[in-house]
Amino acid sequence: MAIYLDYAATCPMPEEVQAEYAKALRLVGNPSSIHQAGQQSRNLIENARAVIAGYVGVEPMEVSFTSGGTESINTWIKGRVFAHRRLHPGQEVFIALTRAEHHATLDAVEWLEDNGFATPLWIDVDSDAVMDLDHLDAQLHSVPAGSVAGLTTLVANNEVGSLQPLVEIAQVAERHGVSVHLDAVQGFGSIPLSISELGVDALSVSAHKLGGPVGVGALVVSRSAAPIDSLIHGGGQQVSRSGTLDAAGAVAFAHAATIAFGISAEERDDKRGLRDALIHGLSAIEGVTLRGSSSRLDNNVHITLEGASGEVALYLLDAEGIYVSTGSACQAGVAESSHVVLAMGLGDQAARSALRFTLGLQTTEEDISHVIDVFPSVLERARAAGYPS
Amino acid sequence: MRILAAMSGGVDSAVAAARAVDEGHEVVGVHLALSRMPGTLRTGSRGCCTIEDSMDARRVAGQLEIPFYVWDFSERFRADVVDNFIDEYRHGRTPNPCLRCNEKIKFEAVLDRAMALGFDKVVTGHYASVREGVDGSPELYRSADWAKDQSYVLGVLTSEQLRHCYFPLGDTPSKQEVRDEAARRGFSVASKPDSHDICFIPDGDTKGFLDDKLGQSAGDIVDREGNTLGAHTGTHGYTIGQRKGLQIGYPSEDGKPRYVLEIRPVSNEVVVGPKEALDTIELSGSVMSFAGADPIAAEMTTGSYATDGSISHTQAFECEVQVRAHGNPEAASAQIVEGRLVVRFVDPISGVAPGQSAVVYVGSRVLGQVTIDHTVSADRGSLARA
Repeated sequence: MAIYLDYAATCPMPEEVQAEYAKALRLVGNPSSIHQAGQQSRNLIENARAVIAGYVGVEPMEVSFTSGGTESINTWIKGRVFAHRRLHPGQEVFIALTRAEHHATLDAVEWLEDNGFATPLWIDVDSDAVMDLDHLDAQLHSVPAGSVAGLTTLVANNEVGSLQPLVEIAQVAERHGVSVHLDAVQGFGSIPLSISELGVDALSVSAHKLGGPVGVGALVVSRSAAPIDSLIHGGGQQVSRSGTLDAAGAVAFAHAATIAFGISAEERDDKRGLRDALIHGLSAIEGVTLRGSSSRLDNNVHITLEGASGEVALYLLDAEGIYVSTGSACQAGVAESSHVVLAMGLGDQAARSALRFTLGLQTTEEDISHVIDVFPSVLERARAAGYPS
Repeated sequence: MRILAAMSGGVDSAVAAARAVDEGHEVVGVHLALSRMPGTLRTGSRGCCTIEDSMDARRVAGQLEIPFYVWDFSERFRADVVDNFIDEYRHGRTPNPCLRCNEKIKFEAVLDRAMALGFDKVVTGHYASVREGVDGSPELYRSADWAKDQSYVLGVLTSEQLRHCYFPLGDTPSKQEVRDEAARRGFSVASKPDSHDICFIPDGDTKGFLDDKLGQSAGDIVDREGNTLGAHTGTHGYTIGQRKGLQIGYPSEDGKPRYVLEIRPVSNEVVVGPKEALDTIELSGSVMSFAGADPIAAEMTTGSYATDGSISHTQAFECEVQVRAHGNPEAASAQIVEGRLVVRFVDPISGVAPGQSAVVYVGSRVLGQVTIDHTVSADRGSLARA
């Protein structure tokens, strides 16, 4: 009787998506082959491309399928910096971001910095991990005009769930002529994300966060955007990326997206209701504090615990068959203290006591009630175990 | 029982966890991340706790179908083991980090957390055994395989800690049998080499490590009469009983080799002399622990207790004492005098350094240990009060 509450990490693949995936796998043909076998596969992937493009308000040519969110983000960040350096040789290049971004972003920027390609321009976030627009403006003012290769931001913080003020961010960036990329890995499917309406240049998404397969994602780059260099060179199968096209993966992705976007308004309300019930139930427990903005992802509940380690609470919940997250885990599998909570200025103890619950299609009312029932005892035992030193 | 299996990624802890599972216990595997900057790949038999080691442990846990976690105790390890190691050398003493790790990390920090999480015992792949004593309290015994016996490094554990320890490998006649069992169970770690040396000094260069941490501070090498014989570049490069690497440059008057007798960190001197001066007939210390019932409670001797419950005096009793993990057990008599455990050897032993643990055995039972702070040499009386 397991209760899976880590949809932000990955989602179960709906039966329908599995079926479409399997069906597509039976077709033989490299979508880039000229003959009819190839053309069949090609049609599958181009239909899938059109579906994804439709959900972000672009034309199909502006969508490149990748191996996932991390590749998409790396491609935009590094590709934008490399292109900028090529076009503006000899000047210092900046890339703007907050410290609350996902590791795919932070580590890519760190690599660029360590290797002398770009200097990070850090933008503050508030105690809800929401980007500080005034600081963004000030920071963009503080560097030479035209020296910022781009700004990347999460559409919603993947740990604490806070929605970012995308329209305003895009406006400030536009005033300074800075290209904007959205990390929409969390949020694609529940937040409207039309590139043109928002006034941004690019966007990264991931299939398995919606119930598609792992190993499939997309990078969307508007045709009028500042150019980016490719990272993966080869047969030139797509605008931003080479490599044999994964037709089956794209089909599954498109199908999962269709299901996600097809959820009715009532069902969305119900899901938000479950999230709110969990928030209400947990916040009522002494020593539990809800974190993140009230304007948050539909499925995200993030808390910090007083006097207890989030990691220990995670083990105790795991033993009860309740699966949650503390944020990230390193390569060795050690639950790490949350860099997002630190960026929010909440301190080290809070960062070590963070716990994230993310709900999804299969989450039920009973699941939520059960979690609320057992949590006080979990918190008590976690307190008794103390913090790891 | 609910048992936490500490799994290093080595063959011993793998088989220990497997046996606990076979016995029907509810087992959860844990790998301890103790290094601040773990390497990714294992480099031969040196070092420990690389990511590859944690993957090896994870795979075994997967084969045993038990949950598996990685616990980060690197900060505690740095403070209690690594810093202690450096500090002991700074004070001219010889530390034993493996003992300290067992005392403070494996069977304290980890044990405490395991108990708080509702586990009954911690199981490891150590070669030693825990058995019930006459009064029902747990006692520590050597393992059946003499060559692999690790009771020395566990000698610092107390009754309370032993109550929650489980060492399934203690009664296995040989390490080879453990490896064979691992192979039968299909563990790829069956042929993984044992790790040697100090786990946090993966290249084995202890002197280099200490030079880096303590700096090199030149001083004099002197004889017991106070004559300067040469120069050293840092007292931490020397250990009591050391003969090689003295670099004095000329032979002694009688042509016999010189040995390090004492390290004096305050005057930054290293004292050298003949082998006879190394011969120790007595050692003692005041910091002691008993791995189970103390010698009075175990009826090995008679004596009296102080008001705080510690032993103040006993009559002398026969025992064997080891001052190194793989040293010989030396016949001796032990006695507690004014709260100090005093060990007198039947035959003098050499190379006893303050800071080391003297583990006292009665038969194959580990009675307990004392941290050596004073030694008496055969020819000269008291030497090396640390």
